[in-house]
Amino acid sequence: MNHDSSHAACASWHRMQRRQLLGLSAATVGLSGWTSIAESLARESERESRHQPAKSILILWLQGGPSQLETFDPHPGTRIGGETKAIKTSAKEIQISHLLPKVAEQMHQASIVRSMVSKEGDHERATYNVKTGWRPDPTLIHPSIGSVLCHQTSDNLEIPRHVSILSGQWPARGGYLGPQYDAFKMGDPREPLPNLKSYLSEERQESRLKGLRNVVERSFAKERLRDMNQIKTMHESSTERAIKMMDSEQIKAFDVSLESTQTLASFGDTSFGKGCLAAVRLIETGVRCVEVELSGWDTHINNHALQSSLCNTLDAALAATLQQLAQRNLLESTLVLCGGEFGRTPTINVSGGRDHWPTGFSVLLAGGNIRPGIVVGETSPDPDESPEKRMESVAQPVRVEDLHATMLHALGIDFEQEIKTPVGRPLALSQGNIVKELIL
Amino acid sequence: MENQPAARNPDEPPIALRFQRWAKHLLLICVVLGVIGSIAASLSARPTRPKTIRPVKSISNETSASVIQQVNAQIASPIAEAQLEACDPADWLLVCRRLNLALVGCGLSLEEIRSLEQLPVEDRVDYWIEHLFADSRCSDYLAERFTRAFVGTNNGPFLLFRRRKFKLWLAEEIRKGTPYDQIVRELIAADGLWTDKPAVNFLTATMDENNNGRADPIRLAGRTTRAFLGMRIDCVQCHNDFLGNVKLGSSEAPVEGTQRDFHQLAAFYAGTSIPNKNVFAGIRDDKNSYNVKFLGDEEESEVAPQVPFLPDLLPSNGPNRKRLAEWVTHPENKAFGRATVNRVWALMFGRPLVTPVDDIPIQGPYPPGLELLTEDFIKNGYDLHRLVRTIAKLEAFQRDSRSAKFDITIEHENIWASFPLTQLRPEQVAAGIHQACRLKTVDEQSAIISKLEKFGYINDFTEGFGDRGEDEFIAQPVTVPQRLLMMNGGLVNERTKNNPILNASSRIGVLASNDAKAIEIAYLSTLNRLPSEEEQTSLAEHLHGKRGDSRSNAMSDVFWMLINSTEFLWNH
Repeated sequence: MNHDSSHAACASWHRMQRRQLLGLSAATVGLSGWTSIAESLARESERESRHQPAKSILILWLQGGPSQLETFDPHPGTRIGGETKAIKTSAKEIQISHLLPKVAEQMHQASIVRSMVSKEGDHERATYNVKTGWRPDPTLIHPSIGSVLCHQTSDNLEIPRHVSILSGQWPARGGYLGPQYDAFKMGDPREPLPNLKSYLSEERQESRLKGLRNVVERSFAKERLRDMNQIKTMHESSTERAIKMMDSEQIKAFDVSLESTQTLASFGDTSFGKGCLAAVRLIETGVRCVEVELSGWDTHINNHALQSSLCNTLDAALAATLQQLAQRNLLESTLVLCGGEFGRTPTINVSGGRDHWPTGFSVLLAGGNIRPGIVVGETSPDPDESPEKRMESVAQPVRVEDLHATMLHALGIDFEQEIKTPVGRPLALSQGNIVKELIL
Repeated sequence: MENQPAARNPDEPPIALRFQRWAKHLLLICVVLGVIGSIAASLSARPTRPKTIRPVKSISNETSASVIQQVNAQIASPIAEAQLEACDPADWLLVCRRLNLALVGCGLSLEEIRSLEQLPVEDRVDYWIEHLFADSRCSDYLAERFTRAFVGTNNGPFLLFRRRKFKLWLAEEIRKGTPYDQIVRELIAADGLWTDKPAVNFLTATMDENNNGRADPIRLAGRTTRAFLGMRIDCVQCHNDFLGNVKLGSSEAPVEGTQRDFHQLAAFYAGTSIPNKNVFAGIRDDKNSYNVKFLGDEEESEVAPQVPFLPDLLPSNGPNRKRLAEWVTHPENKAFGRATVNRVWALMFGRPLVTPVDDIPIQGPYPPGLELLTEDFIKNGYDLHRLVRTIAKLEAFQRDSRSAKFDITIEHENIWASFPLTQLRPEQVAAGIHQACRLKTVDEQSAIISKLEKFGYINDFTEGFGDRGEDEFIAQPVTVPQRLLMMNGGLVNERTKNNPILNASSRIGVLASNDAKAIEIAYLSTLNRLPSEEEQTSLAEHLHGKRGDSRSNAMSDVFWMLINSTEFLWNH
């Protein structure tokens, strides 16, 4: 499905609203209050229309449950704060953990939601929840946000439009949209891409393909289902596309070694850093969604030391990502999300660790259509962690589905539209509400 | 002058040592000759008859000819109404391939084909069904498929869930022929420690850190209806049905599903928990009540356990989960039988009778065959083996997927006038590659290294190919990453490259008597059929005049072509 028509509809709705309001203001000459309200709403409407929806989404996925207290929501000097201090950032009102000094310098380009809440405290279920915006439902596998974006747009790329770098156990999936929307999985970008190079000479590979096409496939198609490739298997067309991808110049987008030494160094000497650089290059080439995974955040023991080490990796990579996207004029058209499946308990356990905490965790958002330099929500410095009271410690809670509705809106996708799922059940893309203050 | 023994050359080893070396060489030669002999025997069309062959006559009587006849007639009716023709019966070897894919998850080995060729043609399919039932690969494979339906594909809660133990237990029950209703009763009503009583894992799979030692009644209610009753009533968890998707009641008086229906069912699991004071007792039921705030209500209300239809079948006394288990498996609760038949049909054909596999309307209408098979399944003690046998003997299962007489359209497939094309699941593809590139069967008798190798390959390959989780019967086309994995991936390369010790392609290249024979054996090993004359001629040209490594490489190419084909990667 192409997204353009829905966006056009959305834009025309704004125009109509403005005309109506101006008409209303003309009809109420003399009622100065009404006029000013109408004009101000009309101006608001005009301002909205200046912002183009984001084209791509880049997800820095922190698998395992990063601690909000060691990253974007420090509470120094309190019983829950641990050893983490808060530092000033380039955004006037925002302080973040001292473990992220480089990110602090880029905070004017990003915003933080400190009041994320969900009902999922298990890694697999919570990962599903945050990646799709839906709680796991055994009757249906929901698509990840990148798959939705690919489904709603069309491109002529020769490389995959949805890529998962350093993909772990639960990479982004197409779910009910189909496996053609699954993320293309790859490991460390410093290594060759998986399965993209034939291990044979060109001549031998060609001879194999010729035999497959002209002998084996032709024989199988004979007397079988009419138009088998088009209506069912797509074996032939997928083979052709795979071959095209193997030969494509666009493959260079995966190759971070083509960047300058300085750029390479700025992302840090880690797989995750190089993954983020590859993500920037892929987005520059036109890829719609890239997720880059940094795992290891499940710090049930020795929380501070482990989170500090991971923050060191994240700090350089996230800061350089924001910087590079801005330098390449891609930040406005790229929505960046950095976060994990849940946060960690305010109270430090007896092993010096923090456990799973889905009630008041943090995510960072930046770029495409996201208002920079603000913080949404707040968590208590002295929360009551009992199951009955824990929600009381979160001001302005943002549910995972609300985050998704907001991101889909920023991407120009009508998230209320219903998609007919393979089981025949029509389903909206998201059932959340937009967090309006996050949208430009 | 007395003859002196010739002085021994100091460089020459002592006689004992030389003898040892000769013996070693002799032994090596014997082993090599033995291996070559055994391979050559397996390539030939006349191996010895395996000891495991049982008389076929006793098998035929076990299935009911009558139900098969009736189901055939029911399925034939819409084909005639649509004025379509049905495909002719498929070749016995193709039917055996379908059985293998359904029951052990890969095609036949060359060794198995050669064994079957020793039997009269008319006995081969019947024999093969029984042979597979006796093979532990069959119960293991079916257990994995049912495990997905019962506990999903999630890893589940750490420490509280033992997926492998659960699967092994289920495999053993299937192997023993335990009635399916008994297995399901054990799952729903299980008590105790999940490590001692594997069925308990059905309940503990729904626990997580937020549950405070309690199983999740919502998830268990969803599982119970979908896996055992073939019904999706999860969407009335949050609101009454307003789309007409959830119909309850009876066929005479259908009613729309309500939020209360779902939560009343969930309430049967409300007490399922691990007691705080005695963790080692495992799962027990306590007196916990089940409270819900219904949509539109201001406050929560307590909900008592009740079933969503056929309430008269629910025992009035006993522990809640035991009552529920009795109700689910009551012979008059046909939804249970239908759900099982639909799932087993899906395993056999790659596509269920009613799609999705777990959404069968309780008031019908039902597709041809479903009610007859359900009644037969219930009447004959929920015998899974009998159900598999019956389906395997249906005309629909034994039909070809091609026809020289008419064009096959999607409508033919929809009404089972031709065998439907379905993409194999990733583990079937991986196991299929592993098997196709070995001449001997990879089973429990195989060397441990071969089994471990298979296990490792399947896991890696499944990850790369994309596991469909519980959505395993939803039709999916081939994707670009799947084609890249098949064309350039490690598994296909490793299994098809020039390796005379491990790979069938190299062995066949060396030992087949001529090029045409080599192509024939390659086809049998991979696609489980003989090549057409045209295929044999075209591909034999690929080998023509080649010797040594060049010939082995050419054979690798042929194996690659066959393994990369739609025919290998799809059930047909």
